[in-house]
Amino acid sequence: MQKMPQWADVVLIPLISLILAALLSALVILAIGENPWAALKLMVEGSLGSTYAWGYTLYYTTNFIFTGLAVAIAIHARLFNIGGEGQAMLGGLGVALIALFIPWPHWTLALLGGAVGAALFGAAWALIPAWLQAKRGSHIVITTIMFNFIAAALLNYLLIGALKPSGSMEPATGRFPEATHLPTFQDMFSTAETALFRGAPVNVSFFVALLACVAVWALIWRTRLGYEIRAFGQSESAAKYAGISPTRIIVVTMLMSGGLAGMMAINNVMGEAERLVLNAVEGAGFIGIAVALMGRSHPFGVLLAALLFGFLYQGGAELALWTSIPRELIVVIQALVILFTGALDNMVRMPLEAMFLRLRPAPKPARKTEPAE
Amino acid sequence: MDFLTLLQVLDTTIRLATPLLLACLAGLFSERAGIFDIGLEGKMLASAFLTAAVAAVTGSVLIGTAAGIGAALMLSGIHGLASITFRGNQLISGVAINFLAAGLTVVIAQSWFGQGGRTPQLSGSARFETIDLPLAGEMRGDIPFIGPIYAELISGHSLLVYIGLLAVPVTWWVLFRTRFGLRLRAVGENPAAVDTAGISVVGLRFAAVAICGLLTGLAGAYLSTGLQAGFVKDMTAGRGYIALAALIFAKWRPWYALGACLLFGFLQALALRPDVIESTLGFEVGVQLLDALPYILTVVILAGFVGRAIPPRAGGEPYVKER
Repeated sequence: MQKMPQWADVVLIPLISLILAALLSALVILAIGENPWAALKLMVEGSLGSTYAWGYTLYYTTNFIFTGLAVAIAIHARLFNIGGEGQAMLGGLGVALIALFIPWPHWTLALLGGAVGAALFGAAWALIPAWLQAKRGSHIVITTIMFNFIAAALLNYLLIGALKPSGSMEPATGRFPEATHLPTFQDMFSTAETALFRGAPVNVSFFVALLACVAVWALIWRTRLGYEIRAFGQSESAAKYAGISPTRIIVVTMLMSGGLAGMMAINNVMGEAERLVLNAVEGAGFIGIAVALMGRSHPFGVLLAALLFGFLYQGGAELALWTSIPRELIVVIQALVILFTGALDNMVRMPLEAMFLRLRPAPKPARKTEPAE
Repeated sequence: MDFLTLLQVLDTTIRLATPLLLACLAGLFSERAGIFDIGLEGKMLASAFLTAAVAAVTGSVLIGTAAGIGAALMLSGIHGLASITFRGNQLISGVAINFLAAGLTVVIAQSWFGQGGRTPQLSGSARFETIDLPLAGEMRGDIPFIGPIYAELISGHSLLVYIGLLAVPVTWWVLFRTRFGLRLRAVGENPAAVDTAGISVVGLRFAAVAICGLLTGLAGAYLSTGLQAGFVKDMTAGRGYIALAALIFAKWRPWYALGACLLFGFLQALALRPDVIESTLGFEVGVQLLDALPYILTVVILAGFVGRAIPPRAGGEPYVKER
């Protein structure tokens, strides 16, 4: 029996969770002696007030779409991929190797090559946890956490060793060649008279992220594989009975999840930094968890949630710049969103369900043969 | 490597293993009762901050530690509320708690002390003093071999180190020799059976989560007042996750937990002394490899090739009473 209409499940519950998170964040701002309303205005102005501001907001959004989709696709198979951070780091490594060691003639080809490299490396990093989950029953959450740390150590090792250009003191690769530089929105949308998005890092990979949303939607709801993934997520035993191989679903889903997380690197490594630096991911892999939960694992929801977090990220940076509120406030908001939309979901859901049950038109008098519910 | 260097490295091992051990035992209680806890990191961090902050203000490390334990207990309460009362996803709740602590500690520290998200340096009675065990001074010189071991290695740690070491047999005794422990383990394996026997599943699980809060509180307090002198941003540096790894490595058993934490502490201690490794092995070992080794070892254990780690059966699943 459906306890409440679908719109309440899809729109109302995330909205209430978001409002709860916002209220608590406002309390935190009040508690440290700042004005929440002024802070909000500053955040809106700093993240949506100009094309420059939008340029940053959409840049962050692009990252979060990739990592959010990565977590979302895994959730459909009831797998919790907490390793987006490590997979995105490895994606960065893939992009760096491809950009540095292959002479690309044009950025379009370089983007294609970079995306493939990033996805392959990210997917490879998800393969071992996936295989261990499928074959040995090792809990995927624990293994992917471990792989985050192993990835960090590996990148640390490579960036102060093999990949660092000789003579450089900084733990980073050399600059990528000119031909791999992706066009930014400034290059694409500015005219001779007006410069739009001046200096903002948002680039063509934003459109790749939008394409990825559509692709994931089509995959999940319009293909046989997507059906199998959802069936497996709903009931492993039923899926097995229908002839769906759990090993195959777990491995394939995690490969796609890792690939998506890895593809974030075309935005932050190839599009923005144009070289691989230490800690290039900056926690975007973890934000993907909040984005996927908030977006109810639907690609369109992920897009909206990624936009919200892009706004929070850029707004938070502006706050830190102009007030004494540190950037970590965004981490608090992120935590509250995860808490309310993920862990405390039932706290919001149970009273709402009760309310909708009460609002339901009175049922016709039950016939005697029907068992009472 | 000469004897004294070895003692120094082992001494560092004990100090670095202590926060891991306390957090690992904390996780042990929680997970044995069927509540997965990947929020150990966040609870340690919250406690490390509040301990240092209150100790800095009051000048008393004991009041600070009490406050730190309070902070960890509060986060435990949130975890319990989410995963026991509202039957939410325990893993997601843990993730949220880690972020909550990572963010709030810096935000509050900045507005409280205005030093860029850190607390003032602690000194004197605001830190845990090292304790010299009786006869340490006399034994150091007089008795060869055993004397230095006693004086350098066993004596001269702060109170929380000894509490951590003592917590191992206590945990073993509570879990395997008391009625409470039996019930706690049962609730992690088969909560329905415990419920049938008329014992409150919710009560037991909340008790386990509270013990977890207490121990992570001590672990955090040791970080900021024993190991270091004050709180800095993200000072747990993944220790909560290493403790989690140690817990799996130890297959959810107290004495094994001691071994795993000492091993991981030893790796951390070695990472601080690259010169010692090089002179002993004759070649350089990357610090990064030592950093990654606890995680790699845990994955190997999880893979089940070297002794299979089987978690408590009802772990991670909220208990729904049949109606």
